[in-house]
Amino acid sequence: MIKEFHAARWSEPLIMEMGGPGRRGFVPPEPIADPGRDLVPDGLRRSIAPDLPEVSEPEVLRHYLHLSQQVMGMVGISLFGTCTMKYNPRVSQQLARQDFLAQIHPHQDDATVQGLLEIVHRFDLMLREMSGMDRFIFQPGGGAAAAHTHAMVTRSYFAARGELGTRREIVTSAQAHPCNPATAAAAGFEVITVPLGDDGLPSLDALRSVVSERTAALMINNPDDMGLYNPQIKQWVDAVHEVGGLCFYDHANFNGVMGRIRARELGFDACMFMLHKTFGVAKGGGGPAVGAYGCSAELEPHLPGPLVDLDDGVYRRRENPGGVGRVREYLGNLTEVVKAYAWLVAMGSDGVREAADISVLANNYMETRLMAIPGVSKSYPGMTKHRMEMTRYSLGDYTAETGLTAADVQNRMTDFGVDAFWMSHEPWIIPEPFTPEAGEAWSVEELDYWIDVLAHVLDEGRRDPELVRTAPHHQVVAKIDGSSLDDPNRWATTWAAYRRKNNLGSDGA
Amino acid sequence: MAHPYMPSSAEKDKATMIAATGIVDIEELFEQIPPDHYAKRPINLPPGLRSEVAVHRHLTDLLRKNRSCAENLNFLGAGYWQHYVPAVCDEIAGRSEFLTSVWGTPSSDHGRNQAWFEFASQLGALVDLEFVGLPVYSWGAAAAFGLRMATRITGRSTVLVAGPADPERLGVIRTYCAGEDGEDAISVSVIPVDPATGRADVHAISQQLSPDVAAVYVETPNYLGQIETGLAELARLARANGSETVVGVDPISLGVLVPPARLGADIVVGTTQPLGIHLNAGGGVGGFIATRDEERYASQYPTLQVSICDTLTPGERAFGMTLFHQSSYGSREQGNDWTGNSVYLWTVVNAVYMALLGPAGFRELGDTILAGSHYAAEKLSRIPGVTVLWPDGFFKEFVLRFDDGYSVADINAALLAKNIFGGKDLTADFPELGNSALYCVTEMHAAADIDTLAAALTEVLA
Amino acid sequence: MTTSSSAQGSRPGARVAGGARIGIVLNPIAGMGGRMALHGTDGAALAAARAAGAVPVAAERMRHALDELAVLEPELAVLVAGAPMGADLVPPGWHATVVHQPRQPTTANDTRQTAREFVAAGVDLVLFGGGDGTARDIAEVLAGRVPMLGVPCGVKMHSGVFATGPRSAAHVTARFLSSPGRRRPVDVLDTTSDGVGRMATALVPDLGEGVQHGKSSASSGSDVAALGRWLAGRMQPGRQYILGPGTSVAHVSAALGVPSSLLGVDVVRDGTLIAADVSEAALLALLADGGPSTLILGVVGGQGFLLGRGNQQLSPAVLRRIGPDNIEIIASADKVAALDPPVLQVDVDDVELAKDLCGFRKVWTGPRRSLVMRVVA
Repeated sequence: MIKEFHAARWSEPLIMEMGGPGRRGFVPPEPIADPGRDLVPDGLRRSIAPDLPEVSEPEVLRHYLHLSQQVMGMVGISLFGTCTMKYNPRVSQQLARQDFLAQIHPHQDDATVQGLLEIVHRFDLMLREMSGMDRFIFQPGGGAAAAHTHAMVTRSYFAARGELGTRREIVTSAQAHPCNPATAAAAGFEVITVPLGDDGLPSLDALRSVVSERTAALMINNPDDMGLYNPQIKQWVDAVHEVGGLCFYDHANFNGVMGRIRARELGFDACMFMLHKTFGVAKGGGGPAVGAYGCSAELEPHLPGPLVDLDDGVYRRRENPGGVGRVREYLGNLTEVVKAYAWLVAMGSDGVREAADISVLANNYMETRLMAIPGVSKSYPGMTKHRMEMTRYSLGDYTAETGLTAADVQNRMTDFGVDAFWMSHEPWIIPEPFTPEAGEAWSVEELDYWIDVLAHVLDEGRRDPELVRTAPHHQVVAKIDGSSLDDPNRWATTWAAYRRKNNLGSDGA
Repeated sequence: MAHPYMPSSAEKDKATMIAATGIVDIEELFEQIPPDHYAKRPINLPPGLRSEVAVHRHLTDLLRKNRSCAENLNFLGAGYWQHYVPAVCDEIAGRSEFLTSVWGTPSSDHGRNQAWFEFASQLGALVDLEFVGLPVYSWGAAAAFGLRMATRITGRSTVLVAGPADPERLGVIRTYCAGEDGEDAISVSVIPVDPATGRADVHAISQQLSPDVAAVYVETPNYLGQIETGLAELARLARANGSETVVGVDPISLGVLVPPARLGADIVVGTTQPLGIHLNAGGGVGGFIATRDEERYASQYPTLQVSICDTLTPGERAFGMTLFHQSSYGSREQGNDWTGNSVYLWTVVNAVYMALLGPAGFRELGDTILAGSHYAAEKLSRIPGVTVLWPDGFFKEFVLRFDDGYSVADINAALLAKNIFGGKDLTADFPELGNSALYCVTEMHAAADIDTLAAALTEVLA
Repeated sequence: MTTSSSAQGSRPGARVAGGARIGIVLNPIAGMGGRMALHGTDGAALAAARAAGAVPVAAERMRHALDELAVLEPELAVLVAGAPMGADLVPPGWHATVVHQPRQPTTANDTRQTAREFVAAGVDLVLFGGGDGTARDIAEVLAGRVPMLGVPCGVKMHSGVFATGPRSAAHVTARFLSSPGRRRPVDVLDTTSDGVGRMATALVPDLGEGVQHGKSSASSGSDVAALGRWLAGRMQPGRQYILGPGTSVAHVSAALGVPSSLLGVDVVRDGTLIAADVSEAALLALLADGGPSTLILGVVGGQGFLLGRGNQQLSPAVLRRIGPDNIEIIASADKVAALDPPVLQVDVDDVELAKDLCGFRKVWTGPRRSLVMRVVA
């Protein structure tokens, strides 16, 4: 049953095109006293006012309400794979807005933030329990930042041992998230990528052929984005440990295995959890986020500071001399840590286990239905065991049949209130890939609706390919023409640049 | 009992899916995991609290142990400031659509992309530059990325950081520049602050301008609050040396201060936190990067950028990512940094904040802050035992030096007992400044607050 | 130029976009073997395909591309091969000049003749439909002088001259018409029925994809250029470097500021070109005198050949002298990702040497970035 849908379409002008001279949206308090002179040093007072809009408060409010309505978010259905679209409990949103969290300055005395530090410490202990690691930090502002943290901890570890000059290589797999090779490279390491074998799993033999006394670390995720769990992951860790390298577990795809495995018990020296994925924190369109980084006691001296300890019933921050220093200012996005803590408290051992069960069950439920749709195939069909919390599919056959791509299909699906699916990270091993992730927060009816919409769109494309090719039709705007985006004469990241390049006046006319 | 966060935790729904999947037991679905990979003992966390009442109570009990800047009088700043957040900012930040969006299509994300474009456009107006990336993790990250951009642009590998440097930010810069003994390391050299002026030591920096210097990094207002008066001279010297000038700036000062680009800055970075983001215990950080709209700079951004573009419908305007290919791995030598989740919800709020303030709001706010901070400095300087190190030329922060007798730690402890958060203790990071602390005054402070502080300090130092 | 009976010259109002002109040619039998799991439709394969009931699909895909282009460029003057090689697919509103009229059944010679006419007429872009064989035929005629862009219609489409689909071909063409200066070289390789690889170099429009990606995307071209600079920077003083053929390795030459013979083997030392386009004998002589050497080798086209295709001067004797451990392999991440199966191949007439060359080897895909690949004989 396909529902009728149309996105809000306000034809909203840019805020820079709105308002009029003299209007005010915010009036600061009057100065405490008239200084009687210009307090700005000579020649440094701004004489030309910034070209900002002049708009009243209700206009600003309505404008951004209109813009919010022109975003689908999780008000529609989003099964964006690899990102684990979770419910974000509003109770912690409400708590986070209150003064006891929102109005805390990071340089406040430890005595004034005991509640906050207690939550940080408690949450650290809970993640230790879930992973077997010996210490967690929350400074990295996302998954990529946590991967970067690992590269930096690796540097510090080998520098302390006098081996950094020779430990120049970090090994990863073709299915690892791009942030692993990218951050390793940014940290000055050579990156070696191990390919996938015929079974879709990275080749252990290939790994063994490249590890050596030059190996600094392995950075890898498991299960991968295709839903395959690497049954040889322990041997991978062993192979790297045998040559003295460190092993980092990118737990981006933790949802299906949480409660069942511990990274440390598999041999890993460090791991990373994304609180904005697995632990119920909202995506926010891409942050604020947290990549919680945990490591063994052996690596703890190399962590960035400050660390939070409990001494004699008092929580304290302390620097970690000899460590990385800082990967970001202050303790991290503690508001998000509090939200993740609240989520984990609400879930408990039982809830976490159940969430993993449901996410894997829901994915396999979807797979059963999706594989019955003509034109849909699955990655590595020879791997017949049940996939974990997501499965990578292909529309390659459908594209060959109709000329319509996965991107076309995705655009058309948004016409029915279903937001984009995840396709694939580079490189695209599977043609026209798509990767939904059911998670535990969507009802059976919602999953069914998602599948029905896909089937409906594929049918439409067979009957009327133009309809799908030119989609979306019920969205805020039509498909973009990206031809200007990489053209220096046409791109415009600001209104000023746009006006200059198009010879427009200050009002855009 | 079903869990309120999980629709299919109801037995009937699970049974429906189990039956349709053709299994008997959910455990069958985990067949890929070898038995010896399973946790040696079950994960031992307390049972879940399924009632929101219980969760709320538990969190509230913990968080109430905090003392906040709302019910205490706060003078802490040091690169992270307590400004007023207009209510409309919170209203928009709480919108579920912005809160839960992830990565839709340019059509289904249109409103958010427009808000991002409006952020970049308005920030560009403040800094007077036409190319603005979407924000990165923090000011420190933005400064570090700006310096890495400069090393790629110039092909050089040393950067000079003008003191006074915030230890937090400097720590981040050093980390991003990746140490001294690996390949492609960027050498970070800090030139100490001129203790006579509290400003960058232009002469000392000029002597360090060797042919290997990719960039000079300087902040204005600087970490100790001073507005840098030598910026134009520094930028001129740097340019003559073939180096880029990277300037860190507090955007809230730009209603009253000349934008650094007008003084010769090539890459302007800074914090987005003052623009409508609560203190959030440090979780409000965010950093921006802006330059002239030239390929020389645009091609080196590690960020995502939103550009205005056309759609298939004639005359319709939308937004897409420009130069997307260079944003993630695989693009440039030196490993062109990385991007990922950032602080994009705050970006929307920043746009709201700038729209609310407008040109008059920024100018008036700047003047209110200048007046309040100078009023405070003047008032506090009259307290016996207190010296204002540089009583002029600052924006919202200034340094108090206390006569020996009480340490800053002692003073702050005594103030805390009076519900006052004293200024940031500088004694460990800037021993050359003596027994000093950095005080911050913003539009949040009324005259009565300054008087309260003055009375408290007088009492403590007596 | 041979012309048909259609009107000649520019019709008033027809846009010759920015003064740029495009030539259009289709291999109408390309792709017929695809569903039959035949590898291409060259020679005997075509007969087999026809016998097995294959139907032409190329015209449909080419028409799709041209119709899409007509939406973007409603009035365009083009040069074209006669039906069924293009003239029959020209959208209404365009003005077409036929430069070559093929006879049925069409052959590769018709493709080549059309390409020659395009060169003579001075077109700025050849938009063609076909597979790797068609690409190679055209590339050989154009000889890197005129940019080309393929609408993928064939079975083997590993060359970098193809757009990702008919629509993207149309969009890339439209954008190229407004900025015809943006172009870059790529390798074109085809394996004919006798198993001999033939390689050519082609120019293609160098325009960003201009489409939305997900979280990440690689930019291969600039990566390989950066890799070239990085490898050049790592060269040891006094050491002899033997540079294999292909555009990837040419980036190393470019980084050193020395000319590359592109299809041949060059030798450099201390940043100086000491021998260009050398023969096996010359290589052996240089190896005998030149001390330790490193061979920098590209991956040839879609078949993943390292040795034995287009670089036969790198003979077993040469390779033994260099030593299997002194070979650095480079390729763009895109090229490697397109390999199916994902292996590299060597074809050398020396069983022992082949064994030494096989196994897992690192392939550099960017500065400090490598991919491990299996090498098979």
